This record gives sequence, C-alpha cells and structure tokens, in this order.
Amino acid sequence: MARPTIRNQRAFASGALFLAFAIFFFVMALNYPAGTAARMGPGYFPRLLAIVLAAIGLAVMLGAVLRTAERQRLRSWDVKGLAWVTGSVVLFALLLFPIGLIGALLVLIVVSSRASPEFAWKGALANAAILIALCLLVFVYGLGLQLPVWPALLN
Amino acid sequence: MDLFHNLAIGFSTAAQPANLLYAFFGCLLGTLIGVLPGLGPLATIAMLLPITYALQPDSALIMLAGIYYGAQYGGSTTAIVVNLPGESSSVVTTIDGYQMAKQGRAGVALSTAAIGSFFAGCVATLALAALAGPLTAAALLFGPKEFFALMLLGLILASVLSSGPFIEGIGMVVLGMLLSLVGTDLSTGTQRFAFGIPQLFDGLDFVPLAMGIFGFAEIVKNLEQDDKLSLVTQKITNLFPTREDFRRMIPAMLRGTALGTLLGVLPGGGAVLSSFASYTLEKKLSKHPEQFGKGAIEGVAGPESANNAGAQTSFIPLLTLGVPSNVVMALMVGAMNIHNIQPGPEVMTKNSTLFWGLIASMWVGNLMLLVLNLPLVGLWVKLLTIPYRYLFPAIMVFCSIGVYSINSGTFEVHEAAVFCVFGYVLIKLQLPAAPLLLGLVLGPAIEENFRRAMVLSRGDVSVFVTSPLSATLLAAAAIAIVMIMLPTIRSRREEALQE
Repeated sequence: MARPTIRNQRAFASGALFLAFAIFFFVMALNYPAGTAARMGPGYFPRLLAIVLAAIGLAVMLGAVLRTAERQRLRSWDVKGLAWVTGSVVLFALLLFPIGLIGALLVLIVVSSRASPEFAWKGALANAAILIALCLLVFVYGLGLQLPVWPALLN
Repeated sequence: MDLFHNLAIGFSTAAQPANLLYAFFGCLLGTLIGVLPGLGPLATIAMLLPITYALQPDSALIMLAGIYYGAQYGGSTTAIVVNLPGESSSVVTTIDGYQMAKQGRAGVALSTAAIGSFFAGCVATLALAALAGPLTAAALLFGPKEFFALMLLGLILASVLSSGPFIEGIGMVVLGMLLSLVGTDLSTGTQRFAFGIPQLFDGLDFVPLAMGIFGFAEIVKNLEQDDKLSLVTQKITNLFPTREDFRRMIPAMLRGTALGTLLGVLPGGGAVLSSFASYTLEKKLSKHPEQFGKGAIEGVAGPESANNAGAQTSFIPLLTLGVPSNVVMALMVGAMNIHNIQPGPEVMTKNSTLFWGLIASMWVGNLMLLVLNLPLVGLWVKLLTIPYRYLFPAIMVFCSIGVYSINSGTFEVHEAAVFCVFGYVLIKLQLPAAPLLLGLVLGPAIEENFRRAMVLSRGDVSVFVTSPLSATLLAAAAIAIVMIMLPTIRSRREEALQE
C-alpha cells in the first residue's frame, strides 16, 4: 500500500480555498446578530452562505482524494510576472497624487513592461512616451477626467 | 400597432445625430479594444465605462451597447484571422473560421460572421421589442419568493454552463455572494465585513474586481504562454461569399438566430451557450459533418448568428425583470446604477424613451458593425501585429485610469491590484471567474428577497415550494442539477465546454 496521496491537487487546493473563505466569513459573521428565520438579522444570511460554502469546500476536497479522482497536479506559478504586474498597479496608485499622472504612468509602464521576457529599456521608454501622450490627449484634455497631471508640490 | 409605435419612439431617440455618433464611437472603440488579445467584452466595457460617465443616461447606454457589440465582433475577427478567440462566445468560431482563413477565405468568413450577426441582430431586436411588454407584465406578478427562486435558477444555470466541475462553479457563486455582503446591510444599517474602511461601506465595487480578474490577471497569464500568434498574413481579398456559400450559410443563419434568441433569454444563458449549441446543431444536421473543423461555412454562420442573437436577447431578463443573466449584463447593471437607473420593470414604464431608444439602438449598432467593420478589417488585423510586450502595458494603463475614474480615487486601484492576485490564483486553480461575478452582482438582491419572503411567511421555508411559480423555477433548477450529475450529459458538457 502506497501512502495516501492527494490525487487531484488542483481540486484539493480549490476546496481548501473555499473552506478558508467560509471559515473567515463565518467567524466574522459571528459579530453580527443572526436574529430568527422570520426576522433575520445582518448575521443570518452570511452564516447560511458560509455553511454552504464550507460544505462545498469539504465536498470538493473529499472528491480530490477519492480513488476515482482524476490525477491533476498544481500548475507552476509565475510569481515574478505576477509581482511586476501587481506591483506596477500598486505603485501607480501610491504615486498618482504625490508625483502626478505623467510620473505615475511612466512608473506603471516601465515596471509592468519588466514582466515581459522580452523586456528592453529602449522599447519600454518609447512605449511609455507614446502612451503618456495619448492618455493626456484622451483622458485629460479630451474627456476632462479629474486627474492630477503634475506633482502635488508644483500646485 | 403598439409594437411599431414603441419602436418608432425608440428610433426617434436612437436616430438623433448625437446618439448615432455615440453608437458609432461605441462600436468603433469596442471593436478596437475587443480585437486586442485577451480582452473580452467584459474587460472592454469595464475599461470604456468611464468614457460614458459624463453622457446623458440614454446616450451612455446606447454607447455601452455599441461597445458590447463591437467587442463581440472584435472577438470574432481575431477568432477567424489569428485563431485566437477574443472571448468565450467566439471559441467555436475559431474551429472553422480559422480553417477558412487558412484556405484563403478569411474575407468570406469575416463577412459571413458580419452578415449572420446583422441578421440575427435584426431578429433579436424584434423579439426583444415583442417580448418586453408581456414579460414586464409578468414581472409584476413576481413577489420576493419568486424573485429569489428566479435568481437562484439563474445562478445554478450559470454554474452548469461554466467550464470545470459543476460543484466548483457553485462554490464560486456562493463565494461571490459572500463577497457581495461586504458593506452596509440595507435593512439594519450594520456594517458587515468592512473592517472600518469607509470606502467599503458601499460594498465591493464590481469594476475593480472585474478589471483585476479579467484585465490584470489575464495579462500575467498571457505573458506566461509565449506561443506566437499564427497570423494569417496574406491580404484579405474577396469579401463576398459565392452563391454556393449563401446557399449553405442561410439555413445555418436562420437556425442559429432562432436558437440564440431562445437561449439568450434563459437566465444564465447568453452568447456563449448559444454559440456552442448552434455549432453542435449544425454539425448534427449537416450532410457533410466531416467538413466541420475543416472550414465549413455553416460552422461560422450558425454560431456567429447565435451568439449575437443571444447577446441581445440576454438584455430581456435584465430590462424586464431586473435580473442580469450573465456577467456582461451584470456590468450593465453597474453602468445603469451610475446613471441612477434601477433596471427592472420600471425602466419600461417610467423611462420608456430610454427603454425603446436602447432597443432601437441595438439595431443601429448592428448596422454600424456591418458597414464599419468590413472595410476596416485590414486595420484590425494590423493591430494584431503589434507585439504583446508593447500592447499589455497599454492595456494596463487604460485599465488603471478606468478604475481610478470610478471615484476619482486610488482606493479602487489598490482593490484591482488585490483582485489581480486573487484572479491569478483562480486561473492557476482553474476555477471559473464568471459565476463569482454573477454571485457578486445578484447577492444583495437574493438576500433581500430571501429575507422579505421569510418575513412574509413568518419564517416558514415551505413558501418557496407552495407558491406554484417559485416551485416551478426551483424545480427547473433542481432538474438542471440532476441532469448535470448524469454521467452521459456530464461527459458531453465537458466536451462542449472545454477550450
């Protein structure tokens, strides 16, 4: 007998994700009064949903370890690409008001471009120049969105 | 005739020069963004939403509808020319459309798609106009328990139709509903799951979530697969189908339109289901099933008509019952809310110019696609030759500014970043995101109707099965679940939904 292994790792992780969210929401919902079925409080429906989600999560996890489960491994993760892309968005949000749209866009474009395996400084900067000009034209002058164009210090 | 009178009102709204212009730009921009790889109608609409903020409500909706059709058509174009479905409703178009393109018949495939879409659009517009009245009247019979049952049915059908195991789809729906509870509880004013963050008191916004999952996370995924686009490079000439082509495509178009019109109305249905169903039907009915997958024109004409008909009739449940049947419609709810329009039976009675204007503009939008896209096909194909390393930062810029402009604040941008990570986890676990978003949008209404129904019945759950209407809807949901569990249907569904 081989030691028990998880046949469908993908499904097992999905079920675990459901279960984790269910526990989180259930525990949080305990702070709100549940009331009765006839007069539900703010905590009633969340608890109900959390229980349903927990049951689904457990069922999915169980299905993943059954002998009939299809063998599936977790796919490999591209943490670097994810970090460049997500990081560039966070930087854009953090920098927009302090340094203005032009600077924030430059950071967004250059940092996100690094996620590409074919990154090159020249191409990324040229792309940034074109896109910044386009954004100023369309969003600031064309549509008149309220965007801080220049650094806050200059205002 | 009431119908024609109403349509006349509609056309007088839609045909105002300004609205025609918005419909035109909507179609143009929608196609422009829609042809870009990895951007489906959802991301396209979410991205272009801010442009419509400043417009009048009717112009804004007309433009959004134009964007939707444009994006859909853009998806078909890339499906045919580069074997890359822009969105899931054009997945089946890649099968025969791309084969036609390889045989030097890309032009014919594209015009087949355009003609089929236009024809389907005309029929679906009429169906929408004819059904709107009766369905709105039916909506008035709906009480809280019926609405609850209807939405439950929609959510279950949506999970049945999403890819991957059914139970995981349902899990995503429930998770979406839990996320929808973040914010102020409408009946008691309690802040739930908001952690004292004021921006969360109004709930999680739909757009940052959609952008994070369908915009940013999609980009990370696309960057991982470095397979080069297999562009059909030869010039696209002869757009016109031959007489033989017409003979084969017209019956397929008619069947596709009928199927799409019907399936689009179903809660949980819409463009994706319609196109798959139509392809299967055409293959079944064809005298030459062996030609399918090798460039059969029916395989383009049927699904393309069906997805457009379905895309349009999926407005029916939204406009008459206020229940969005798919994710794109859910986004339309968001757009309507921005303009203080509550989708539902009242739109037609209180806001009839807007209602009929929107319906008429659907037809106008389809006409524009026909006259706009065929001449511009060359331009769309050019767009696809831009390397992805230049394209994706542009998508990121537009998404980020779009998310920022919801509230002119950066909180939503951070939110989108969080959902980018979450969306990437979903991609890696192969969990479908569409049911999550639908759960998110329908969650508050489901809770409200559930609570109201229970108050009215004094806590007795059996009301849901003793009322004939809600019992029927729940029975339909139960049948859908049982059917999906049956082994034969299960394997057929997996076959149909795999990409």
